[in-house]
Amino acid sequence: MNHSGVTIEGETLIEGVASAAALVLAEPVSFWGGVDSATGEIIDGHHPQAGKSVAGRVLVMPSGRGSSSSSSVLAEAIRSGGAPAAILLGQNDPILVLGAVVAQQLYGTRMPVVLLDAAAYDACRNATRIEVDAESERATIRLS
Amino acid sequence: MRPLQLDDEEQALLRGDAGRAAQISAEIVVRMAKATGADRLIPIASAHIDGCLYHGPVSTDFARQLVDAGGAVRVPTTLNVGAIDMIHPELFRGSAEAAASSRELARLYAALGCRSTWTCAPYQLSDRPAFGEHIAWAESNAIVFANSVLGARTARYGDFIDIAAAIIGRVPYSGLHRDEDRLGQVLFRLDRISHRLADSDVLFATLGHIIGRHAEGQIPVVEGIDHASEDQLKALGAAAASSGSIGMFHVVGVTPEAETLPMAFGGRPPLRVIDVSREDLLAAAAELSPSVSEPIGAVSVGTPHFSLDEFRMLRTLIGGRALSPRIDFYVSTGRDVMHEIDEQGWLKELQNAGVQIVTDTCTYITPIIKYRTGVVMTNSAKWAWYAPSNTGLRPVFGSLRECVETAVNGELWRDESLWRDD
Repeated sequence: MNHSGVTIEGETLIEGVASAAALVLAEPVSFWGGVDSATGEIIDGHHPQAGKSVAGRVLVMPSGRGSSSSSSVLAEAIRSGGAPAAILLGQNDPILVLGAVVAQQLYGTRMPVVLLDAAAYDACRNATRIEVDAESERATIRLS
Repeated sequence: MRPLQLDDEEQALLRGDAGRAAQISAEIVVRMAKATGADRLIPIASAHIDGCLYHGPVSTDFARQLVDAGGAVRVPTTLNVGAIDMIHPELFRGSAEAAASSRELARLYAALGCRSTWTCAPYQLSDRPAFGEHIAWAESNAIVFANSVLGARTARYGDFIDIAAAIIGRVPYSGLHRDEDRLGQVLFRLDRISHRLADSDVLFATLGHIIGRHAEGQIPVVEGIDHASEDQLKALGAAAASSGSIGMFHVVGVTPEAETLPMAFGGRPPLRVIDVSREDLLAAAAELSPSVSEPIGAVSVGTPHFSLDEFRMLRTLIGGRALSPRIDFYVSTGRDVMHEIDEQGWLKELQNAGVQIVTDTCTYITPIIKYRTGVVMTNSAKWAWYAPSNTGLRPVFGSLRECVETAVNGELWRDESLWRDD
């Protein structure tokens, strides 16, 4: 499918902008125990995409998963450079939102988080590159 | 959905009238309230903090900011595990730098007024929450136990919001705090299984593992279990919260908000029904034992922390025998429970048999288990799920009895009767 020029909208959970290669996860990943905060590598051996890196990518995932420590691991990843450029979620995940809030508050680093409805989420599945503009309540997302 | 309304006191907190630490905390709680669609905040009776586990400089940076700004908790607040055993510091095999950062984090949370309980099983402490009480607990197994077994009410809080809620004494009124969000959604029907399996810790760990894998964020209801101890429900919840984002479950006829099936579902039909057979449980046990063909180097139990009853069971299973020197045997527990077993005279006895007690932390999050050739046997689905990525150790799953017999014999011992029909 050719997605060039496809633009979708989502609900901004954390403000910011990003433009990067997409990483669409087949299953949710728990940041704690599942992602190395320094490198962004998926280290959860149960995950079908184990070994891939979330660092610098626009991460598309259906929901968060697992431990409540994921807020810290995401915030630490944002601090140390192992974090995604942005996260697009199919379901709201307050644990991830909080990690991004605290990283922004402590270090001034913004990593946008956007909530997508089912149709918008489906549209992202085959995207290779995603531009996120989440500066207002409604985020604009360009897929290619 | 009504927009968030804050009362005068909450608005004053946000303005900074109660100081900068309370203001930062209020900002975090309000942010969460908006993200979860809450229309107001509600007071809490207690809090349990998971942010005291060191994950890197962000952990200490955040806590120090609150301490420096004069932060103090407003409600009784307990601490979850940290990365080091402060009672047995010699067990820590990580870097001196990581140990020093963990101690600094402990000092900061103590300075905020938290009790140094250092356990992931705060429901084993004497002053645990009452039925219906609103609390702000972090740590996934503690959350699921508080909601499901105690009938207390906590959303799935995590690092940062836990201490923020403790400092302002309030949480968003959303999710598992509300009656309607606590009702069952997906029914897991357990087939008839043997009495031996029904009584075993293996049932609860494997069933929890399956539930976490298939609940898809919906609240699970289990039908087909007549009785369960708190430790068995602890194992089920911990497993389900590891393999899936489970914040609450019901067991019909066992847990307090599920006296009957209709009560568990609030009179609505289940959205989905999933049948669980003995073969499914066996497959889950196999999934948790990827390294079963290799020799066992250590046993680790107590994830979540071992209770007094579990220590009683362990003593019975060991039965005065010595454990094999070929296998290290670790039990993770809270320092309060360790003091209790010390008073009972069990601590010395277990240590003499070859048991290594680990407090304040857990063997699946921090380098404590000595590297020996071989794999680690555990009765915890949570340990088996997380230890490989956290510590590089590989698991073999079995019952507590299998763990003990393996440690006595010096090689893998299986209880074949577990999977046989009555």
